[in-house]
Amino acid sequence: MMQRRLLSDWLVPLAVFGALAVAPALSFSIPKVFDQPISSPGTLQLLAACVLFGALALTYDLQFGFTGLLSFGHALYIAIGVYLSNIAITDWHWNFWVAILFTMGAAFVLANVLGFVSLRVAGIAFAMVTLAFAQAGAVLALKDPHHWTHGEEGLGADYTKLPHAFVGILNTKNLYWLALAFLAVVFFIVRWAVESSPGRVWQAIRENEQRVEVLGMRPQLYKLQAFVLSSTLAAAGGIVYMLLYSGSTLAVTAPNFTLTLLLMVVIGGAGSRWGAVLGGILYTYLNDRLVAVGSSSTVEGLPHALRTPLEQPLFLLGAIFILIVFFLPGGIAGIASRGRPTGLRRLQEAIRPDPTLSAPQEEL
Amino acid sequence: MSTWLLLTITGLGLGAMYFLIASGLSLIYGLMGVLNFAHGAFITVGAYSTWWTEAHLFSGVHSTVLRFLLAALMGLVVGGVFAALVELILIRPLYNRHIEQVLVTVGLSIAFVALVQGIWGTDAKAFVVPPWLHDTTTVAGAHIPNDRWVEIATAAVVLGLLQLFLRRTRYGLIIRAGVENRAMVQALGIDVRKAFTLVFAVGGIAAAVAGVLSGVYFNVVGPDDGTSLLIFAFIVVVIGGLGSIGGSAVAAVVVGLTQQYTNYYASSGVGDMVVVLLLGLVLLARPRGLAGAVIGARA
Repeated sequence: MMQRRLLSDWLVPLAVFGALAVAPALSFSIPKVFDQPISSPGTLQLLAACVLFGALALTYDLQFGFTGLLSFGHALYIAIGVYLSNIAITDWHWNFWVAILFTMGAAFVLANVLGFVSLRVAGIAFAMVTLAFAQAGAVLALKDPHHWTHGEEGLGADYTKLPHAFVGILNTKNLYWLALAFLAVVFFIVRWAVESSPGRVWQAIRENEQRVEVLGMRPQLYKLQAFVLSSTLAAAGGIVYMLLYSGSTLAVTAPNFTLTLLLMVVIGGAGSRWGAVLGGILYTYLNDRLVAVGSSSTVEGLPHALRTPLEQPLFLLGAIFILIVFFLPGGIAGIASRGRPTGLRRLQEAIRPDPTLSAPQEEL
Repeated sequence: MSTWLLLTITGLGLGAMYFLIASGLSLIYGLMGVLNFAHGAFITVGAYSTWWTEAHLFSGVHSTVLRFLLAALMGLVVGGVFAALVELILIRPLYNRHIEQVLVTVGLSIAFVALVQGIWGTDAKAFVVPPWLHDTTTVAGAHIPNDRWVEIATAAVVLGLLQLFLRRTRYGLIIRAGVENRAMVQALGIDVRKAFTLVFAVGGIAAAVAGVLSGVYFNVVGPDDGTSLLIFAFIVVVIGGLGSIGGSAVAAVVVGLTQQYTNYYASSGVGDMVVVLLLGLVLLARPRGLAGAVIGARA
């Protein structure tokens, strides 16, 4: 038993991350899968985005899949990481490391404050409130009252202030390793947190919040913990995002950005670590590569009515998502679950509109 | 004084749109517990159907007013049918699985915006309306665009019709009872599911009206308009109290006016922030919203 735990807890993840780490050394190309050789900056940039979104999806899964908090405002904390770090470096000319510490601290405080307010409501109302807070952030970044974010233009990072290893196209491999390292850190933190004793309470809240309360614990406090940890990790991911794209754009503040994280987690499997990571990687890859499918010769030959939807990656991903919700509620990770309730099925109790709305006898 | 009046009427016009969206959201949520993200798609369906039929189907009609009215009517019909189909095909099979129902509407909203962008492009389309709507009427020294009156009047009529429907018809009674206690209505042998399709259709029509009015208000329709209006409608629904039409109406007016006043007297964008702040305050003071209805908060 001990050996099995050692294997699955440490050796498997380390082997996976180790295998991914050699990508920049592979100079051959895989036709159809990538346009360019794997070690080329273009492919590495895509791969870096894939693993980064794998990590971001995992931070979202921490509150959604493991604690049962359906937030539509996770993008806010990623955006804090993306924008605040960049503003501190580029607009305020701060030292890089000071800026990062400041950003993390600010995200932590903000997550505590907004989490406290929005956790006053539960279930679907919580989703709406988090969405509203994220929208406030989006408006702030767009209107740019202090000329910090540069609104729709976006804010390019002052590269002289960044560590040299992360600047320039030749250093894409370093950015890839950074994203991968971030994924590994998030993976181990999430696992440690979920298996710690508060983590057990989070999952208990997901299964049955009332019972947790009856046991004499305060669910609010534990939910806030999960929310703050998830949001702070998301802000750290935002900093990596800022480095990877060497700047900040409004794309990360859009309400749809949180929704794409939700899509990733559900496609991969809610409440599953590998599922969320896989979902994030797969979604990002498809979102990029389906554009190529749309312009391929097979699709070009199709009649107009069929071609239009196929040229829109988000249409296809949205459709795949709906099919998964219908037919595979455990996501990709749920395939291996052998009949145990997984993914969305486990969230039934946690995210319901109101206890009085769905009396248990209706389940029959 | 005249600026204040203009702001007030404009705020009420904006609130009118919020109310039209929020009323459907609130009914659907109250009855079925579904946070309908696809409501933005209903708005877009209404707006685009009106825009398209105005140019293609009714291009032979000479009177601009008649042409606009016919096209708008078409928009409402398509919006209502689309919403009913969404309920029948996507929501009904997931009966009583709330989280999955919400997620399906999320997927639909994303896929739908992408589809509209694929067919008609990402650019906003000019919305043709009778020229009279762009004239102004002078009231107490304020030059008020006529479309504001139309928006307020339409919302008032819809509010009246909804109240009549909910209070005076048998289906209205079932819906009100269902919002109160669905299990009890079912126990009395009434098939609530018919009412589900109905509230979706009603909500879809109201959202389509909002879509047409947003075209009138902004002069253009774009693929993303539905989503951005939807967010403020969510805020209105939460502030007003989920499941309450009256609460939505009051909250829509409060939100619309607050947004207009602060956007003008402070600076552009502040209004949106203040509205979110208002939401936070309402949640801290009254987690169940102004109307204090059941849902969402733990007792």
